[in-house]
Amino acid sequence: MDFETIFPFAQLAAKIAFVVGLALGVVPIMVWFERRGAAWMQGRVGPNRVGPFGLLQPLADVIKFFHKEDFTPRNANKFYYYLAPMMALIAPLCAMSVIPFGSHIVVEGKTVVLQIAEMDAGVLFILAFAGLEVYPIILAGWASRNKYSVLGALRGSSQIVSYEISMGLSLLSMLIVYGSVNPHDMVAWQSENWWGFLMNPFGALVFWISIFAETNRLPFDLPEGESELVAGYHLEYGAMKFALFFMAEYVAMIMASALISTLFFGGYGILPGMQMLIDMIVNHFGFSAVGAQNTLAAFQVLSLVSKVAFFMFMFVWVRWTLPRFRFDQLMDLGWKILFPLSLINLVVVTLAVYYFNS
Amino acid sequence: MATINVSKKYTAREKAYIPAILIGMKITMKRFIQGFLFRKHDTIMYPEQRRKYSDRFRGAHFISVDSNKTENCTACFLCETICPAECIHIVADEREDEQNPYGVKKEKKPVSFDIDLLRCCFCGFCEEACPKDAIKMSGNYEMATSSREEAIVDLDQLKRPMNGRHELNEGKKK
Repeated sequence: MDFETIFPFAQLAAKIAFVVGLALGVVPIMVWFERRGAAWMQGRVGPNRVGPFGLLQPLADVIKFFHKEDFTPRNANKFYYYLAPMMALIAPLCAMSVIPFGSHIVVEGKTVVLQIAEMDAGVLFILAFAGLEVYPIILAGWASRNKYSVLGALRGSSQIVSYEISMGLSLLSMLIVYGSVNPHDMVAWQSENWWGFLMNPFGALVFWISIFAETNRLPFDLPEGESELVAGYHLEYGAMKFALFFMAEYVAMIMASALISTLFFGGYGILPGMQMLIDMIVNHFGFSAVGAQNTLAAFQVLSLVSKVAFFMFMFVWVRWTLPRFRFDQLMDLGWKILFPLSLINLVVVTLAVYYFNS
Repeated sequence: MATINVSKKYTAREKAYIPAILIGMKITMKRFIQGFLFRKHDTIMYPEQRRKYSDRFRGAHFISVDSNKTENCTACFLCETICPAECIHIVADEREDEQNPYGVKKEKKPVSFDIDLLRCCFCGFCEEACPKDAIKMSGNYEMATSSREEAIVDLDQLKRPMNGRHELNEGKKK
């Protein structure tokens, strides 16, 4: 095997390892931050016993999950029962494969595009996999043969399907603005002009609200409800199967944050003021054009990560601020307010784009 | 039947949600910064720090002993009789005279004195009823056990010198 044959596979494997490693590696930190952040907001201390600042608490949780009884309900449909948590984790991970985390780097004279799957229909692929997130919920609720699970799955799926419409419409308005479904083009457009949310603030707001509903986060965490449906669709799941659902929630959050960053907040486009820093580093070390490009790519990854981190923080912040909606209020908000408003927004954006382009 | 109308007309500002949400997020952000940067919290680090309870706090029971380590209890059954939870179980017997070197008359003695701490409602009636100040309630509130049987404490576990009520954790150490 020579270098020429092995290189495409090696770079792909490295990118997959980077993205999956980053996504799954952020989950324990996020769990820790969710708990500590909640504690800080509520005037508590939070978990601080295991390791420095309680950072090893997620590890302790995982050890606990491994020691729990791996329970399967007698009447459960085994195949779908086991399939659901796997799908829950795989769907958002797959969707992350088309999110570009940098323009490109140059290794040994070869260009490596920092995106796992380079496809032109990138955003549509993400939408397809975002739609796939309904299935694990329905499968989990149905396969575990529990009335509460089915009710939770009903709620979860109807909520996701409802909010997918306003999410899709606000996304569509952005596609019209960018004139492309390729995430790289979108980021390039935003680097040249304005960040997307300045062009279409209303679309950004609707998209952001829909993301909360899509990821089942508060204030829209209706699929779970201790008083009325116990734990909802993952009621019958214990041990690592529950941990998979738990991780899936956070991976879906990371995916959603990366998506909203790419669509509305410049994606991997460097943050304002970073260009100066890059120039300084390049001049100081005397990098060639290749080195300058790689430095730029590193800062692009850093920019995307910090944008994603900001939205992850927003998830936690909103979660511990707002009380949850009642289910009919949730549906009212989705169908009677967000859906018409995003439709109007789509029409307005379309007219504006037509006006400015002609 | 009188009805009270609690519904109100919402103003446009209230209906728009967003201003109210922003106010709420401002408050949580303030608390977040207070907690994260200034380490401000209203809770205490429990096993290391403890709150001071009132002097009248009724915790785990103990049976006071005299200087000869003999319990003051004379098995009069007043506590068992008054106990609303029926958690005290006494078996009485006659006391040997040698056990009273100080000449204190304690004709009866408890052979066994069991308190079921899971049944006890910590009302303090036993303490009030006791004519000998034998059964007392301490300030100890750490009575967790790993089984129901361990929650039934016997005479040896209950006996301790009466050094005031507030020697926490002294009552039940084994």
